Amino acid sequence: METKNSTRLWKSYQKEIADDHYYYARSCIRQNFFPASEKVFLKILQEELQKDIYDDPHHTTCTGIAYHSDIIPQETTATVIARHFALMTELGYENLAISCVTSFGLYTELLETWKHFPEEEAKIRELLWKATRREFSIPKNLAHSSDIIFHNREEINNKSKRRLVNAKTGQPLKVVDHIGCHYAKLFPEKGIGGAEFPYVLTGMVESWGGQVIDYPERRHCCGFGFRQYLVMANRGYSVSNSKKKFDSMAPYEPDFIVSNCPGCSMFMDKWQYTIAEMEGTTYGKGGYGIPVLTYEEMAGLVLGYDPWDLGLQMHQVSVEPLLDKMGIDYSKPNKYKTQQPNSFPKKPLKLMV
Amino acid sequence: MWGYKIITTNQIDYDKNNRAIRNKILALEPSLRICIACGACTATCTAGNLTPFNIRRMNVLLQRGEYDDLKSELGKCMLCGKCTLVCPRGVNLRNLILKTRETLLNDECHVL
Amino acid sequence: MQTKTIAIIGAGPAGMEASASLAKLGHQVVLIEKKASTGGHLNNWHHLFPDRRPAKELLQKLKQEVNHSNIEVMVNTAVHEVKQNDYRYELVLSEKNVINANAVLITTGFELFDAAKKEEYGYGIYNQVITNSDLEQLFQADNLAAQFKKPVKRVAFVHCVGSRDAKVNNHYCSKVCCVTAVKQSIEFKERMPETEVFCFYMDMRMFGPYYEELYREAQEKWGIVFIRGKISEASQTRDGSLQIKAEDTLASKPLRMNTDLLVLMAGMVPAEGNEHISRQFKLAIGDNRFFKSKDNHFDNQLSDTPGVFLAGACLAPMNITDTISQARAAALRIHEYLTN
Repeated sequence: METKNSTRLWKSYQKEIADDHYYYARSCIRQNFFPASEKVFLKILQEELQKDIYDDPHHTTCTGIAYHSDIIPQETTATVIARHFALMTELGYENLAISCVTSFGLYTELLETWKHFPEEEAKIRELLWKATRREFSIPKNLAHSSDIIFHNREEINNKSKRRLVNAKTGQPLKVVDHIGCHYAKLFPEKGIGGAEFPYVLTGMVESWGGQVIDYPERRHCCGFGFRQYLVMANRGYSVSNSKKKFDSMAPYEPDFIVSNCPGCSMFMDKWQYTIAEMEGTTYGKGGYGIPVLTYEEMAGLVLGYDPWDLGLQMHQVSVEPLLDKMGIDYSKPNKYKTQQPNSFPKKPLKLMV
Repeated sequence: MWGYKIITTNQIDYDKNNRAIRNKILALEPSLRICIACGACTATCTAGNLTPFNIRRMNVLLQRGEYDDLKSELGKCMLCGKCTLVCPRGVNLRNLILKTRETLLNDECHVL
Repeated sequence: MQTKTIAIIGAGPAGMEASASLAKLGHQVVLIEKKASTGGHLNNWHHLFPDRRPAKELLQKLKQEVNHSNIEVMVNTAVHEVKQNDYRYELVLSEKNVINANAVLITTGFELFDAAKKEEYGYGIYNQVITNSDLEQLFQADNLAAQFKKPVKRVAFVHCVGSRDAKVNNHYCSKVCCVTAVKQSIEFKERMPETEVFCFYMDMRMFGPYYEELYREAQEKWGIVFIRGKISEASQTRDGSLQIKAEDTLASKPLRMNTDLLVLMAGMVPAEGNEHISRQFKLAIGDNRFFKSKDNHFDNQLSDTPGVFLAGACLAPMNITDTISQARAAALRIHEYLTN
């Protein structure tokens, strides 16, 4: 890719990102699959960047998974989101930081709907009042948490302990960026860089010394879907789409994949195991997979945090080949220090771990 | 075991397809090139009214080097020649079918 | 007959041809052009469809025609302000020049759609992506193959870039891009016979005389492959070519292929200055953002403002034949207007 040219393009998609005082909306699934990512996000904001961000225990799911699986009606989703706005309003916050890409898409879609159909907003206000006796203000600023890391990428770089560089060769690490579809495909102007050449993760990677690979299926969906995955018979669609991406990126020998979406990170990580078991294909060197990081985990590594504090031991694809390349000194025995004895899953047949 | 499987793509991978057979057939019946896919052939086709046989689509697939569907379909043609009669561009479809059958037969004798 | 002055705004083929016709009828014409030279887009084109006539030939003829004692050509001149006094228009031009005109003809033409707006094709990002206009420039060179850094074994043309596309608010068809793609694909094949040439189209709109014949020639003689389906995205591959995706709609299957060059058939959009002109002369703008004529059958060259006339691609996308016909029709309508 002619990097300079695409940089020119993303500059036309600058969006306003609040600088401080955020109300944090967590994701449902990230806390299970990438358990430390959200914690690391809070730590980076509060301790490294000295920002005010509120992690509210009263916050719930946005219902995105149910909504996209046609299980619940739109009014329910809208009312649940309205409740989050109300919680935020009650605490005096105006800037929303959203951890999940699907939540981000849904919140954005809702606000956009209300702009065009004010009667819908009035209806939801009434429903929320009837259900909870709460009222809300529309957030002043809506940002995905990757937008916020992007916004602070240079400051993070200034505090960095490590670079996204191969410690032995000094070459930049080759990184595949994967943007969740609901980040910019629904509303391109709400994503940094737009939908075709999103820059939110590329910006971080470039600031921190890595090099992004522009491979043919870069813009293709990871295949997660919602009912496509939830119904077992349909999972073939999901895994086949991820496979399309892996097949396309593998010749570039990426050192890792970074994603800003809970579903994408999870499936690009787990499907590598499935594909290896099903047909024996592995995409990394020596039978390993391609490690998949969340952007918080990537930021955490750059800031010098311990890989096991970042929760990297919870990944399906082993991250050790990446840690070795980056020259990170990690303790092998500590990897599963929190694991109960005799509770280790069986080793995969094909995928090296 | 899994309850689902990896699906092979429905996408025409133009660069992976073996277009040698296509080129051979095109050399034998070059008029295939001038097809504009109007579908008059399919509309009038004796076989196409009774079966999913679609001569217009078959010609497109042939030109892209997608032979799998072709192999099962070709035998349905009754060689009545009406398609050739109605073609506004003058594609010699009857001869095309014959040449395609011949070429695929010679190429892989188990085909038809 | 008292001499009447006509101001013509825009010195492309429409403005030039109308000037010549009016001059021959004995009128005084001031031909105003904001660019440094006359000829408009003809300056950027190598050959024209369907007969492949060199654009230079037309340019020369038009230039000869406007070289007339009744025509004053003013280049590098913009119209800043317009005042109407009875049936006369006072045009304030660059450098505070003022001309008084008894009638005004608008021939401001079109601009090429900015292909970078269709981000999925990567124009301005990938070097292998060019426009129809860029290709015309390349055709000027003796050796086309030498113009590319890497050998071009395959080229794909994308029709309807910026036309028939609600995403860029252009619902209309630019009309001439289909035949331009056919012409350019043949020209490419003539210069580089070993290159495989593909056209990805939504509909083939061969509306003019000998267009359909040219299309047939492209298929029959040159083996150019036409695939019905719009390319959804282009992305770079490892060997520096581009992967393109489309549906082969006639096969009912998605398709992908790699190509060394992608040519975007950028359509026509209203010229940027039209908005200013429309305000100054109180001209109606159509839903397609081109000027709107008084009656699209009988008074196509008339605007709603008396004494202000319209011709050429400022009204809608059109080819040069139609542009010249409209220019002459406008000249006749102006002549009628001034002599009655």
